[in-house]
Amino acid sequence: MQLDQILQFALSGLSTGAIYALIGIGFSIIYNSTGIINFAQGEFVMLGGMLTLFFIGLLQLPLWAAIPCAVLVCTLAGMLFERLAIRPLRKPTPINLVIITIGGSIFIRGLSMLLWGKDTHSLPSFSGDEPITIANATILPQHLWILGITLVIIGANKFFFYHTISGKAMRACSYNSRAAGLVGIDVRRMVLFSFVISSAMGAMAGIIVAPLTMTSYDVGIMLGLKGFCAAIIGGMSSGIATVIGGLILGILESLGAGLISSGYKDAIAFIILLLILFIRPQGLFGKAESERV
Amino acid sequence: MKKELFKFLIFTVLILVAPLAFKGGYLMNVLVFVGINTMLAIALNLLLGYCGQISLGHAGFFGLGAYLSGILTATHGLNPWLVMPLAAGLVGLLAYLIGFPILKLKGHYLAMATLGMGIIIYIVFNESVDYTGGPSGLSGIPALSIGSTSFDSDVKSYYLVWAFTLGVCLFSLNLANSRVGRALRAIHDSEIAARVVGVNARELKVRIFALSAVISALAGCLYAHTMTFISPASFGFNFSVELLTMVVIGGLGSIYGSFLGAALLTLLPEFLRAAHDYDIIIYGGLLMVMVMFMPGGLVRSVPDAVRKLVRLKGGAGNA
Repeated sequence: MQLDQILQFALSGLSTGAIYALIGIGFSIIYNSTGIINFAQGEFVMLGGMLTLFFIGLLQLPLWAAIPCAVLVCTLAGMLFERLAIRPLRKPTPINLVIITIGGSIFIRGLSMLLWGKDTHSLPSFSGDEPITIANATILPQHLWILGITLVIIGANKFFFYHTISGKAMRACSYNSRAAGLVGIDVRRMVLFSFVISSAMGAMAGIIVAPLTMTSYDVGIMLGLKGFCAAIIGGMSSGIATVIGGLILGILESLGAGLISSGYKDAIAFIILLLILFIRPQGLFGKAESERV
Repeated sequence: MKKELFKFLIFTVLILVAPLAFKGGYLMNVLVFVGINTMLAIALNLLLGYCGQISLGHAGFFGLGAYLSGILTATHGLNPWLVMPLAAGLVGLLAYLIGFPILKLKGHYLAMATLGMGIIIYIVFNESVDYTGGPSGLSGIPALSIGSTSFDSDVKSYYLVWAFTLGVCLFSLNLANSRVGRALRAIHDSEIAARVVGVNARELKVRIFALSAVISALAGCLYAHTMTFISPASFGFNFSVELLTMVVIGGLGSIYGSFLGAALLTLLPEFLRAAHDYDIIIYGGLLMVMVMFMPGGLVRSVPDAVRKLVRLKGGAGNA
């Protein structure tokens, strides 16, 4: 009985973990190419879900058409954010960047509240709500969609960063942006690219999770912070370490909610975040070089 | 130094006579909150403006002060005046202990860690229903009183709160001009350089973090006793951002700037009814615009702009 429950919690934790992983990778991509922790990352996740609803509701688009539209608009918003808020900054000290990305995030949140109100909405599942039974535990088709889409995105990401010229250029920037500039890479364009990729990934994460958890103008902050937590566990890597970080977080959270208390579910992520920052700021798997504290 | 004292005296007199201009009324109530928010903004400014260490969790300390004070007086019937130093002390101790690991972090990481801390505190307020009353709040907190005079009207609370706020102002002005204040600014400019010249940066950062938490908790106590009702919603992440906005708008590293920022953001929703619905857009926009175009805050940018304007006119006259 107990074991079945644990299996059930672990399975549902896996899919929320996949979402955290996607958001976390978004954080890492921007961090690695610019050194910025984008506090507005969560808002792009929220925008993904809300914009999909908007396209379905107002323009009567079918789901399969609304999703790319939402991702596209979100990506544009990410580009605008980089162009209007990050690039013009005269003194890009960490504190200024924190303040400006926080400003941006609550600005986006406020704007969505005005546009779509304070209600919670739900997005239809991609393919029905008929539960599937796997060894005494049940999961929804949406869980499978989440895991599948996450795998595809991570695979595409890997391909982009290791097998295309732009991806390689972005990696060069993350190792040493000055040196990358010297060999002719347009560093500023790569920074813009990193915002494009991470806002698109964030939007996608927001869209696939919305049928499960509902969405509203203020879901971005929690999702964003948990994605950041996943990235921290993974040592700000934009690869497999952050994915594992997200999955660990998702499973721990779901076990904690089921076995300890659902009210304190959200606190679990933040306690893990603080512990990792205090004890292993280089991440669970990283080597201790750690000038990032 | 004399000039500083003179400025402070003028400020005090203005605060003291302000109620005469408003003759009680609804606005008095708002001015009480200006006082409380000024204390909070100064607390955050000591940390952020002087020492260069960001905190996105100060609403948590504010709330801890309010809840400790509220629970001990309303539920356990202790004397509010006894509870106040106790609550402030406990929150200070907590901040001191958290301070060591948390202030080892810098920049973005410090921001995230303090944000996480603030949210954990907020979740505790919501979930420990037996003590805090949970999301529906804690009521029946007694008003403060001295002898038989109870601080139960807006005018009385105004003088009570502002007595504390002016005290905090004076203390902070002194601190800023002292050896400690110079050490803090040295840490702000370069922590390594400060350590090289013998500033114990680690200890000092933690102390100022604890001091800042003590002031916030004190403001929390005053808030609990003037409102007589508290609920977790007042102490969430949004309020931490509002505090940050006050400090940035007023001017980092300026005590009077903190007052200006606190006054502006507290009065704005009262004068601009529409601002009530749009407040988070306004805060977000203001934060971005200030950092981009007026990094010195109103307190420095406005005089600079005036000076520039005067010089332009003067220049045109000469030519």
